[in-house]
Amino acid sequence: MVLILEFLTQATWSPYVAGAGIGILVCLAFLLSNRPIGCSSGFVKAGGLIEKAISPAYAGKKEYFGEIVPEIDWAFMLIPGIVIGAFISSMLSGQFQFILVPEMWSATFGTNPVLRVLVAILGGLFLGFGARWAGGCTSGHGISGSIQLSLASMITAVCFFAGGVGMAMFLFYVIGGA
Amino acid sequence: MGALFTGIHKDRGLQVILGLLFGIAFGFLLQKGGVTSYNVIIEQLLLTNFTVMKVMLSAVIVGMIGLALLKHFGYVQMHPASGTIGSNVIGGLIFGFGFALLGYCPGTVAGAIGTGAIDALIGGVVGILIGIAIFVELYPRIRTHFLGKCPFPAVTVQELIRLNLWLTIVLMEAVMIGFLLMLEYLGY
Repeated sequence: MVLILEFLTQATWSPYVAGAGIGILVCLAFLLSNRPIGCSSGFVKAGGLIEKAISPAYAGKKEYFGEIVPEIDWAFMLIPGIVIGAFISSMLSGQFQFILVPEMWSATFGTNPVLRVLVAILGGLFLGFGARWAGGCTSGHGISGSIQLSLASMITAVCFFAGGVGMAMFLFYVIGGA
Repeated sequence: MGALFTGIHKDRGLQVILGLLFGIAFGFLLQKGGVTSYNVIIEQLLLTNFTVMKVMLSAVIVGMIGLALLKHFGYVQMHPASGTIGSNVIGGLIFGFGFALLGYCPGTVAGAIGTGAIDALIGGVVGILIGIAIFVELYPRIRTHFLGKCPFPAVTVQELIRLNLWLTIVLMEAVMIGFLLMLEYLGY
């Protein structure tokens, strides 16, 4: 019991242990929910629900909401679940901390919160746009798709990292000059 | 057993609760794995810290065997999607640019909020919702001009290399474990 408690309150686990746990979780999702674990469709549903609340007629005309229906379902609930799970984990290890400008960012670009938030919004925009263009994100393609040996998912995951490594190096080494 | 799980799959109320529970477990594991941290993700993209790849590859190493076993005994169905250069490569690269600018992906941005990252909430989530709204607006044209262009020659890896499922899995596991061993050997 004490050992379990110690394990749960550790700041971090070996990435191999956490990763193996995620692999088991994806198998359970297929078993109990007949679906992969993917995060970006939950954001489509949230966005669709917001559009529907503002103008049901306008949202009703969007073809994409016919394919990914804005409703409170498994994919939608996954997102608040992740927030809660990470909150529990960080509270158990005493790591919870309000941060506006992360350390790696401020070391190169300074502590101006407006700059950080503006670039984060721009990044989020590319992320949401690209995830839907590619039909999934790091969890849906990178993990769940690869687990099914999907060729498209593995190629997509390689492109996530190719684009990410290229942009990170441009941002930190060329613009930031670090 | 099959009928029991089909019943569970069709129970919409139960699935809503299961979505929340899967999210809680996933968020817990992401935070324990260290990948809800902006610093860890940016260090991965700058190729100085390979935690993100270690977490992802161990998930795939374990999940690939687990899912194939479940399928072998008839408990699950797989849903691998086909893909195209127009959708997966272009979309993947756009996603990658956002991944580096934001420093989180759609799952870890939610996890980061749970650890107190305000930039993930007022920057990341706001940006993701704007990006999705733009995609929804442009979807009919993007679909016509890009999404179906240049399909990949196969849906799954085993189809591509014309090997049976288990031999393909042995091969893939060897490549992934070999890559992780190389990272450890090189001191990452």
